[in-house]
Amino acid sequence: MRALANIFWLGTKELRSFIHDYVLVGLVIWAFSLAVYAQAQSRSQELHNAAIAVIDEDDSQLSHRVIEGFLLPTYFNPPQIIPLRDVNRLMDNGRYTFILDIPLHFERDVLAGRQPAIQVNVDATAMVQAGLGASYIQQILMTQIGDFLARSERAPPSPVNLAIRIAFNPNDTTSWFTSVMGIVNNVTMLAIILSGAAIVREREHGTLDHLLVMPVTPFEIAMSKVWANGLVITLAVGLSLSVIVRALLGIPVAGSVALFLAGVVIYLFFATAIGIFLATVARTMPQLGLLYLLVATPMNILSGSNTPLESMPRVLQIVMQISPSTHFVSFAQSILFRAAGLDVVWPEFLAVALMGAFFFGLALLRFRRSVAA
Amino acid sequence: MTLSDPFVAHVHEVSLRYGRQIALDRVSLAIPAGKRAALIGPDGVGKSSLLGLIAGSRRIQTGTVKVLGGDMRDSRHRASACFKIAYMPQGLGKNLYPDLSVAENIAFFARLFGQPKAERERRIDELTESTGLAPFKDRQARKLSGGMRQKLGLCCALIHDPALLVLDEPTTGVDPLSRRQFWELTERIREQHLGMSLLVATAYMEEAERFDWLVAMDEGRIIATGTPQDLKAKAGASTLEDAFIAMLPPERRLGQAPLVIPKRPSSDEAPVIIARDLTCRFGDFTAVDTVNFSIERGEIFGFLGSNGCGKTTTMKMLTGLLPASSGEALLFGQAIEAGGMSARARVGYMSQSFSLYTELTVRQNLELHARLFHLPPASAKARISTLIEQFGLTEYLDQGTLDLPLGIRQRLSLAVAIVHAPEMLILDEPTSGVDPMARDRFWELLIDLSRNQGVTIFISTHFMNEAVRCDRIALMDAGRVLAIGTPAALTAARNCGNLEDAFISYLEEAIGARRVAGEEAAADDVKNLRPTKIAPAQAAKPNSWFSSRRMFAYTIREALELLRDPIRLGFAVFGTAFLMVVMGAGISTDVDNLTFAVLDHDNTPESRAYLEELRGSRYFIEKAPIKNYSELELRLQNANIRAAIEIPPDFGRDIRKGVPTFVGAWLDGAMPFRAETIRGYLQAMHQQYLSDLATKEGLSASQAQPATIETRWVYNQDFYSVYAMVPGTIAFLLILIPAILMALAIVREKELGSITNLYVTPVTRIEFLIGKQLPYVAIGMTNFLLLFLIAILVFAVPFKGSFPTLFVGTLLYVITTTGYGMLISSFSSTQIAALFGTAILSYLPAFQFSGMMTPVSSLAGIAAFMGRIFPMTYYLPISVGAFTKGLGFQDLAGNFLALTIFALVLTLLSLALLRSQEA
Repeated sequence: MRALANIFWLGTKELRSFIHDYVLVGLVIWAFSLAVYAQAQSRSQELHNAAIAVIDEDDSQLSHRVIEGFLLPTYFNPPQIIPLRDVNRLMDNGRYTFILDIPLHFERDVLAGRQPAIQVNVDATAMVQAGLGASYIQQILMTQIGDFLARSERAPPSPVNLAIRIAFNPNDTTSWFTSVMGIVNNVTMLAIILSGAAIVREREHGTLDHLLVMPVTPFEIAMSKVWANGLVITLAVGLSLSVIVRALLGIPVAGSVALFLAGVVIYLFFATAIGIFLATVARTMPQLGLLYLLVATPMNILSGSNTPLESMPRVLQIVMQISPSTHFVSFAQSILFRAAGLDVVWPEFLAVALMGAFFFGLALLRFRRSVAA
Repeated sequence: MTLSDPFVAHVHEVSLRYGRQIALDRVSLAIPAGKRAALIGPDGVGKSSLLGLIAGSRRIQTGTVKVLGGDMRDSRHRASACFKIAYMPQGLGKNLYPDLSVAENIAFFARLFGQPKAERERRIDELTESTGLAPFKDRQARKLSGGMRQKLGLCCALIHDPALLVLDEPTTGVDPLSRRQFWELTERIREQHLGMSLLVATAYMEEAERFDWLVAMDEGRIIATGTPQDLKAKAGASTLEDAFIAMLPPERRLGQAPLVIPKRPSSDEAPVIIARDLTCRFGDFTAVDTVNFSIERGEIFGFLGSNGCGKTTTMKMLTGLLPASSGEALLFGQAIEAGGMSARARVGYMSQSFSLYTELTVRQNLELHARLFHLPPASAKARISTLIEQFGLTEYLDQGTLDLPLGIRQRLSLAVAIVHAPEMLILDEPTSGVDPMARDRFWELLIDLSRNQGVTIFISTHFMNEAVRCDRIALMDAGRVLAIGTPAALTAARNCGNLEDAFISYLEEAIGARRVAGEEAAADDVKNLRPTKIAPAQAAKPNSWFSSRRMFAYTIREALELLRDPIRLGFAVFGTAFLMVVMGAGISTDVDNLTFAVLDHDNTPESRAYLEELRGSRYFIEKAPIKNYSELELRLQNANIRAAIEIPPDFGRDIRKGVPTFVGAWLDGAMPFRAETIRGYLQAMHQQYLSDLATKEGLSASQAQPATIETRWVYNQDFYSVYAMVPGTIAFLLILIPAILMALAIVREKELGSITNLYVTPVTRIEFLIGKQLPYVAIGMTNFLLLFLIAILVFAVPFKGSFPTLFVGTLLYVITTTGYGMLISSFSSTQIAALFGTAILSYLPAFQFSGMMTPVSSLAGIAAFMGRIFPMTYYLPISVGAFTKGLGFQDLAGNFLALTIFALVLTLLSLALLRSQEA
């Protein structure tokens, strides 16, 4: 009872100091509003306005029809016609990511059944775009040529058709993903900063000494930071999800927001605990910051919130299974997009809670020693 | 300065305010040349502000300040005057660099004044010789005692033979022996530099007696000027301290009844605090060395000693904050750890820095502490209102503690420490920085606690006149207790007139003993010094706006500091390498290892033929077949599979009959990029199947596939994303790390106070910025070489382009990114804000919006805008181009130009935003 009261009152103090730290408040507001919005809007995870050029050596009805195929959707910028000799230069300076080469007598050869080849040059350094773009180009080419042939001669209907449906995000809208992952990444970054900086600041101001001389245990001090900073971020996540993601960006959320927020709370226990742990390792604020970068950057970048987890080397995949950020990303996707319930995500909740408890325990062990030194 | 001018500085109608607070209120003053002048008065009356204005470190708001015959508002005069002024700011060694050795510190200042090598070395030898620092030339400043640090400060100030020497409270917190030596030293130096004017601020009234001319200040105003004799005569007082109090306006003097300390009734109870052979070691440094004492109930026990002599460490061991290396500390007869929570409830503690929560109000601070001690609400309320009244806090109740005057904060700290009515109080330098009147009021409270409530008080101080008020004191030096006893007994034991002389005599004995033991060379003894003649410094050519020597002063210093900070250096080098390996390996857009499962309603040779392509693919991994729709949904939902393929019933029959049929595929859309890629893979396989089928059924290949599509992956035949990712990661890390280190380096100077050297020495802003930038550019380039090797050796990324091109491009980029850090540092005043500001403002745009994952031209909205104004966007093509595309200088000329413009603009902006004086 005494412990609970201490944790509560210390936490309210924590909230008051947070509100007075304008830099941190500004950081939290920026991270959960504009940063999320910019990421959602950025279309960085999809094929959008890709730069494409065509060398039209054939200049025929068919080649024009092929080029028209790229005019419609927003996947590509309107294709530019370029002469053959410029190909290398324009690819080198990154002006175009894709350059199609439609060979001379293309139409004639198609009609004659000679199977001519269209060459698609892809700048493979364009990461996200290169792979997606190549398969879109292939689809567009096949459709356009097929349509052309269907009009000139009766092509037989395809014996097998493939109907692809995307579950949980029927139009494959990337902002659904980028907005929520933006929030998820911010939770990791800010929870660690807020709790870690709160401890280091108290130590630098000498107030931590003061607390430890009073009948207050390190457990109570640490717990108060966990709940107070956790509360701030949970609120920010809730607001960001309802105001920015749902209202402003108009993104539907399939699953239970309450369950997701419950998961956020569990994850925050971990993130604030590791923040406190780092604060017990760091001697000064700059050291905390540098340590934080070493820990938080990989936790974010490799969690599956930017690139698919499956693509990482096996070893790294296994290592990242230890990182709660991976589980956080995974259950965020499960709950918000796939409408998964507690029956599906409980093992991940448990894993995060256990890692949280581990770091919390470690932080407590180091607590007194870190004040002494 | 004209010779005829009898005054070194004229101050006319000068006012200065910080926000709403008035620091100086229409001050007018003329300071005589060639004399020893001192500003006296308690803390916070505007002494430091006035000195700052005269030395040129602070910007003039209203009024005029003329120093050495010119207006200090005029930046040209200031630039030439700073060659003749030396300024030592308040705070022990605040403008020194703790990681640098004695000689390096002095050399740094010598370079700032443009002294060539030979001259510099001569001056360093002479100055260290004359101050007794010669044997310690190679010792780091952080390892010097307070007194030695002050001497070093003096050496640095005297390096250029100033005409005006400004010292701001040079002896605060220094033990009395060092203090006395410091003044003797200044005296001798003045004898050698005839005509040098000395201007000092001090809070020790005793010290002021030795000056030629005094300025007494109170609340931002001058209340009197004149010789010490004049002032005493005017006030009719025997000491300066009494004279000062007599000169104060009547309302400030209220309640200034002389402090009376009632005699303590003797008691025969067991002592409440006992220290037995208490020792604390940090590594090979012994902070507290076998300290013994015992304190009785109700006693006021004082700990007297200079900064860093072990007072705080002893107190921390008593409170259980610090474990004793050996020996024991007992409170109420028990070790503090054993006593646990109940013992802690009987102790009140006030740490050296006011341990109040600055973001809480007075009332909230009191309430929080009452709650943490679990006082019942009713009695807590009563107790708090009693304390508020007794401590005179009523009018401040709802103010934040940050805005409170120092004296009020100190009273509040005490109120907070005794809110739970403890039996024992441990107070660590509770009165440092508080003016004499406030100090007396504070002592009234302490005496009441001790005499009327039986509270035991253990207090540390470096003020002699406070020590005299204690029942007993312990004199401390270098971790040892020199003597314990009542002040009168100690004074008598050394046959001295006062406690200060007694302490000095004890100190001299201790130093003598140490010298015999061979522990310390004869450094602290001025009497043994040879009176070295210091030849005048050669006049450096003043007023040039740029000097490479001054710039390199900063470069050399920054580099030395960096080399001696293993954490920052280690992070810069190994942290970068670590992040490179992790990111290079982990970020990949090669989508493979995709899981899928099949719901095959047909299960015929035809359906298996359709799936053959998929099952043979290196991108996919098949999982156990699906039995029904609900299982399909469930397995997609819990991410067991990323794709599900459904073959309809009668698939084989329909194909044989030529009836069109549909195969269904469900993809997990939680990550759209992955879903899109799977869609592409599936469609390609489907096409392949159709063309195979057509060939098998005797159709001509051209009917199944009228044209072929040859996809050529340019620059990266196998389309491994690591080839693009690794050069990208280099670009990412070379903005994140150098920008952060640079921002920290500049804000550190602001936070630690050494930025004053920029304000008061001839160094210009451009020399300061570029001088500091150079080492970080070097670190950035070292990082680059390391990353380059990792890229080639660890990730086996082929390097096709020209290395010189990449090198020059990277150099430009690192100059730009350190410039980005400089710019951010000009907005932040604390290291924490600089660090997180830089991290947050670089991370998102660098990782998402600069073309690392997606070309900037394909981005939309705010992201596209942020990408275009971010330097990494323009370096990425250089890095990627040189690695994978084999591009040379001509191909990348546009990017080089863009980076050059960035570097120039960032430097100019930082220059414009960096202040050349304190606001």
